Amino acid sequence: MSDLRNKAKLPLRLILLGLVAVLVQESAISQVTVFGVSADLTPLVVMSVGLLCGSLTGAVFGFFTGLLIDLVLVQTLGVTSLLYIAIGYWAGRLRELRDPSHELVPLAGAALASAFAGLGMALIQFLLGVDAPVSFLLLQQILIVVLVNTLIALPVHALVRRIVRPVLPEDPRRRRRRAYTTGGLSPLQQGAARRGLTSRTSAR
Amino acid sequence: MHDKQVRRRRVVLVVLVAVSLILLTAYFGETPSSPLHNVQRGVVEVFSPIEQGASKVLTPVRSVASWVSDTLHAKSRVGQLQARVHSLTAQLAQAKGAQYQNRQLSNLVHLDDSIGVQAHRPVTAQVIARDPLLWYQTVEVDKGSDDGVHLHDPVIADKGLVGEVSEVSATASIVSLITDHTVSVTARVTDANGDTGELVPAVGNPNQLVLQYLQPPNPAQVQNGPQQNDLVVTAGFRSTSLESYFPANIPIGVVDPVNENQLFNDGQVQVTPSADLRHFDVVQILTAAQPGTERAQVP
Repeated sequence: MSDLRNKAKLPLRLILLGLVAVLVQESAISQVTVFGVSADLTPLVVMSVGLLCGSLTGAVFGFFTGLLIDLVLVQTLGVTSLLYIAIGYWAGRLRELRDPSHELVPLAGAALASAFAGLGMALIQFLLGVDAPVSFLLLQQILIVVLVNTLIALPVHALVRRIVRPVLPEDPRRRRRRAYTTGGLSPLQQGAARRGLTSRTSAR
Repeated sequence: MHDKQVRRRRVVLVVLVAVSLILLTAYFGETPSSPLHNVQRGVVEVFSPIEQGASKVLTPVRSVASWVSDTLHAKSRVGQLQARVHSLTAQLAQAKGAQYQNRQLSNLVHLDDSIGVQAHRPVTAQVIARDPLLWYQTVEVDKGSDDGVHLHDPVIADKGLVGEVSEVSATASIVSLITDHTVSVTARVTDANGDTGELVPAVGNPNQLVLQYLQPPNPAQVQNGPQQNDLVVTAGFRSTSLESYFPANIPIGVVDPVNENQLFNDGQVQVTPSADLRHFDVVQILTAAQPGTERAQVP
C-alpha cells in the first residue's frame, strides 16, 4: 500500500508542477517584459523534468504541458505539445546516455530548449500557412527569449529539482558514479576499509 | 528487461507524437463550433477563475518587475516623447479648432454629437493572461458573455484601439490584438484629405501596422496627404474582407515617417499603435451593437 502511494507521488507532483508552471507563466511572467520580450518558463520546466526523470517521463510531461498551454491560450492544438515532447524526450535521453553532472548543464539545456521551442514554433506556423511575420525581428526576439530564459534557467532547474528529487526512485547509474567518485562502493564500506588498514598497521 | 524498456519508450514516444499530429490536423481543419474548439472553450471557462485569482495574487510581483523594466527604458524614451509632445500639442490645437467647428456644424444639421465611448456601453475588464509568443497576439480578459460581451466587440485601452474579441465564454474572453494577423481595421488618417484604408499588421514587424489601399495624394498637393505623426482613427464602416466593425474616431496610432515611394506606388503608410500593446492591464470592451451589423438588426 505504501509502495503504491510512493509510486503515485511522482505523477502527482508532476501534474501539480505542470499546472502551476502554466498558470504562473500565463498570469504573471508573460505580462512582464524584459528587453521587449517575456521569459517563457514552460520549456525550462519540461527540460528540467526530462533531465531529472528521464526520457519517457519527460516526453509525457512535455506532451501534457504543451496541450494545456494550447488549450488555455486557445491556440492550434498539438503544436506546443509536439515541440515539448521533443524537448522533454531529448533532455531525458541526454541524462540516460551521458548522465551529465556538471552544474551548468541546465543552462545549456535551457538555451537549446528555448531556441528549439522558438524556431520550431516558427517553422510549424510557417508550414501551417499562418500569415504571420517571418523576419529578422522574429529571429532577434527568439534570440532575446533564449538569453532571458538562460538567465533564469538555474533557479528554475533548482526549484524543479527540489520538487521532484524527493520522490524520484534511486538511479543505479548515479549510485555507481557516487561510489566511483567517493572511492568506494558506499560510505559504510569506506569506513570498514579504513578500519582494516588501521588494524593491519597496528598488527605490524 | 532493457529491450522491453526501450520498446516501451519508443512506443510511448510514437503514440504521443501521433496524438499531437492528429490533434493538430483535426483542429486546423475544423470550424469554430467543432468539438475540439468546444473543449478548448470549456477549459478556458474552468481555468479563467483560477487565472483571475493567480493574476490578482501575482500583481505585486508583476508591478515590481514592470517598474524595473520601465525604468530601464524610460531614459531612452525621453527625447522621443518630447518630440511627440510638441507634435501632439500642435495637433491638439488643430483638433480643438476642428471640434469647435464640428459642434457648430452638428448643431446646424441636428446631428447627435454625443457619440463617445460611453455610447457604446463599455465593459471594463482586467487582463488575466497574455500570450508570450509573437505568433498569437492575444490576451485573455475576465469578462465574458455574462457581462454582455459578444464576438467581434471592439476593445480599447487607455490610449486607443487595441483589438477585438475573438473568443467568448461565460466568464472570460480572448482578445485578438490589432497586431494579430487575423485582425484588420478600416481606418482613417486625420489629414486634410481624410484618407481611409485598411489597417493590418506589418509583415516582418508584429508591433507595427500598415495602412494600405490609400488613395495616393495628388503630387501637387502632397501636404494634404498623410504626414508623419498624423493621428490614425477608426473609419467606422465595415471592411469587406472581415466581419469586424469598429465605431468611428477611436484613435489607433500615428503615422510614421512617410516613405513617398511606398505611398505613391503602393498606397501604404506605416503606423505605430498608440497603445502599448505589451503593457496594458485594463481594457474596455465596447459591447453596444453597431448600426448596420447583423446583431443590431435582431429585435
